[in-house]
Amino acid sequence: MPLTISIQTGSTVSIYRQIIEQVCAAALAGRLREDEPLPSVRGLAEQLVINPNTVSRAYGELVREGVIEARPGRGMFVSRRRQIYSAPERARRMEQAVTSLVSEGFLLGFTPEQIIEEVASRTKAHAPSKAIRSNPKGGSR
Amino acid sequence: MNSGIVMQAQGLTRYFGSRKVVDQLTMDVPRGSVFAFLGRNGSGKTTTIRMLLGLTEPTRGSSTVLGHDSRHLPPEVIARIGYMSESHSMYEWMTVRQCGAYQARFYPRWNAKVFDSIVGHFHLDLRAKAGDLSRGERAGLSLAMTLAPEPELLILDDPAIGLDPVARRSLLESMIYITRDSDRTIFFSSHLLDDVERVADHIAILDRSVLRVLCSVDSLRSSVRQFTLHYAGPEALPPKLPTLRGLLRVRRSATDLWLTVAAPDDATQRELRLLGAATIEEVPVGLNDAVIGYLGDRGEHGFFLDGIPVPAAARGAA
Repeated sequence: MPLTISIQTGSTVSIYRQIIEQVCAAALAGRLREDEPLPSVRGLAEQLVINPNTVSRAYGELVREGVIEARPGRGMFVSRRRQIYSAPERARRMEQAVTSLVSEGFLLGFTPEQIIEEVASRTKAHAPSKAIRSNPKGGSR
Repeated sequence: MNSGIVMQAQGLTRYFGSRKVVDQLTMDVPRGSVFAFLGRNGSGKTTTIRMLLGLTEPTRGSSTVLGHDSRHLPPEVIARIGYMSESHSMYEWMTVRQCGAYQARFYPRWNAKVFDSIVGHFHLDLRAKAGDLSRGERAGLSLAMTLAPEPELLILDDPAIGLDPVARRSLLESMIYITRDSDRTIFFSSHLLDDVERVADHIAILDRSVLRVLCSVDSLRSSVRQFTLHYAGPEALPPKLPTLRGLLRVRRSATDLWLTVAAPDDATQRELRLLGAATIEEVPVGLNDAVIGYLGDRGEHGFFLDGIPVPAAARGAA
């Protein structure tokens, strides 16, 4: 399936960040095949009607994070070694998820102890064999 | 990207009578940038643009465009600048085609393909009289006439004013098209922050004649923060805020204060904690909030002089 990126203006998330997040999500979910090029900087800028520098900076960051790589003369492709987010990105996403979990919990009238208990029982049930290491050192498949 | 500077203003100041319209404006516009020039109506944007182009004399200060003094721009330099004024002045009795042909005679580098493609993009009839065009169509013709000479510096004074959403999108697409050549610079004023967010990489904000922001769009976004201070009850809210560095804007409800702050640091955090709120939460900021923080009525200055006017809605809720 080809990659579709859509952006929203007026959001608290910058267009630059929106592109990075959507490419990461597509790569992680396997929606981007390794032999399928990403849209060109120009192409995506014209399609989304945004400044090409924004696309080019977002792609640059994705290359640094190891999510995509440039193949000379052919364009940008999702990295062969499938990458997980960089350490700061993982931390940011975790924080986002926990913040929304906690506030939702409080909103529904649960006590801190009850929320922690819920999380604890859920993590036990899920218990992966080992934690995923983050980029740039490792990366797992 | 070429790191040169295409426009430079140094202490640019202009009075109209006793009214100061532009107050010591100093800025550099980098080559290759898409530069958004923001400010409320009457904040001095058009006067600044006219001074940069040598159409209005500054009272004090100076400016250069493409390396030449604005007051004495040689014709060959003017030919490298595309300027679209707010009014889209053109000969009303000429047809769209004639407007193009007439304009082409003044420009050695006139690109008829560009003219035709923009005219086509805005769905203009080549045989229509300029005087019969709608506001959006006039903007399209004006844009085609401005872009066809392939200017290396494009100055657009509020190009989106009065355009419908379709014409507005065509304008943005034309602007993106211009950036195909990375040496070209676009300097534009606008009130439409969604458009600014899409195309601009640099931003300048004029607030009541004074330049208050000059940076990349990203640094503006990352340096402006919003905090929600929640209080136990209406009586717990401080009636008047103490001095807070970088405070841009304050809004209040019966139990909350919303503060917009520029570049908060550890000291700001300490100051915030001294305001006696039950909880302090940082909320994410969009570009709109950041810009309105600088342009809103209750900026730093207004606030300290007048105290915080309580909005009618909040008074009702209290």
